[in-house]
Amino acid sequence: MAVEPDLKIELGKQGVFVTTLNELYNWGRRNSVWPMQFGLACCAIEMIATTMARYDLARFGAEVFRPSPRQADLMIISGTVTKKMAPQVVRLYNQMAEPRYVIAMGACAISGGPFKQGYNVLKGIDRYIPVDVHIPGCPPRPEALIHAFMTLQKKIEAQPLTGEKRPRHLDADAQGEFPVPVPAAHDLQPPVNRLVWPLPAPTTASEAGENA
Amino acid sequence: MKTAEELLSELQKALPGVQVSLVLNPSPSAQHALLVAAADALRVAFYLRDEAGYDYCSNATGVDWLDREVAEKVRTTRTVKKDVDGVEQEVEETIEQTVKRMESGYLEAVYHLYSMKMGPTDPHLPMVLRMRTENRTDRTELPSLTPVWRSAEFQEREIFDLYGIVFRGHRDLRRLLMWDEFEDHPMRRDYVDPDDYEYEPTPHDEVLKRAEAHRAAQGGAQ
Repeated sequence: MAVEPDLKIELGKQGVFVTTLNELYNWGRRNSVWPMQFGLACCAIEMIATTMARYDLARFGAEVFRPSPRQADLMIISGTVTKKMAPQVVRLYNQMAEPRYVIAMGACAISGGPFKQGYNVLKGIDRYIPVDVHIPGCPPRPEALIHAFMTLQKKIEAQPLTGEKRPRHLDADAQGEFPVPVPAAHDLQPPVNRLVWPLPAPTTASEAGENA
Repeated sequence: MKTAEELLSELQKALPGVQVSLVLNPSPSAQHALLVAAADALRVAFYLRDEAGYDYCSNATGVDWLDREVAEKVRTTRTVKKDVDGVEQEVEETIEQTVKRMESGYLEAVYHLYSMKMGPTDPHLPMVLRMRTENRTDRTELPSLTPVWRSAEFQEREIFDLYGIVFRGHRDLRRLLMWDEFEDHPMRRDYVDPDDYEYEPTPHDEVLKRAEAHRAAQGGAQ
């Protein structure tokens, strides 16, 4: 239960600071999201630029890139996920401790991008792991990554500690392990995790014809 | 730099009986290639490296040539019986026929060679060396040229991966780009990619066809 803003301001004027446990908890979490240190393709260069002096991701408490999934809270999928790399990405995600978040950065990571019809590129990492923020762009500028980061912070801030909508790490029954796809003779098996990526509403043939 | 023609005659002189021919390139660059038979490839390659000075293989790649129908005009002369001035005579007649035959396809490995010894050439074109497999299904072996040019090692692995040419004598012939369990050769022209066209937000052209085919295969349910 949140404190009424007007009441909070009024109490603040009297020198009394009021908050809720939920707010305090999420305030702490959203200001120290440590990303995992790995890059997949050219988007990684923009991600590196975001952390450097000019754009300075440290302002948001996320300058500590951890080289181990055990110590990271955020996975930035920065670039093309090839089908050969996808099992490793999913495995790394499984190895991260809850609470964990995913930003899919760039056209390739969200949909396969220009390589979508290729034989070797996954059509979006959201087919295997849940993605919190998608960023379009090829590559997205550092500002776009910062925007995604702020979006993620807002999302963390809004997470309740109890009830149906509580995050996975507060839900003992939540599924924490995501199946790692196996490289097979023609494609990854399974080609998609339906629990994570239910089939979006289909484009009908007539609509498709109009688009063409 | 010698032209491919000069190199060909030099090769035939130095290595008698070797099976090398010229593949003409009709484009303005006139970048003719030497086509060498698989059995003689290593001898020719060593000659090119040690005697002709081509000590640097900058690139090796594959080409897939499908089976194709060739139409040829053939002149045949035959004897026919004909009425000439009311008398039946045997007359020779030449007719022109178009004969169609199937030429079986093959896989080709193409090597681009330069010389560090001789320095830059004008124009900066490589010497092109080609080899062809017997067909593109079961007899797809070629000798590896990695013992001649070390730089061909990864490139031959890539050709093996994407085209399926098996290089005999290669010391570590594994897939380079695709995973080990993969069975197809994706750069072949008859490669069919997996049917994962269940969701195409903006389909057009080839993708639209594939998406519709997928929908039809699913019984229109999706």
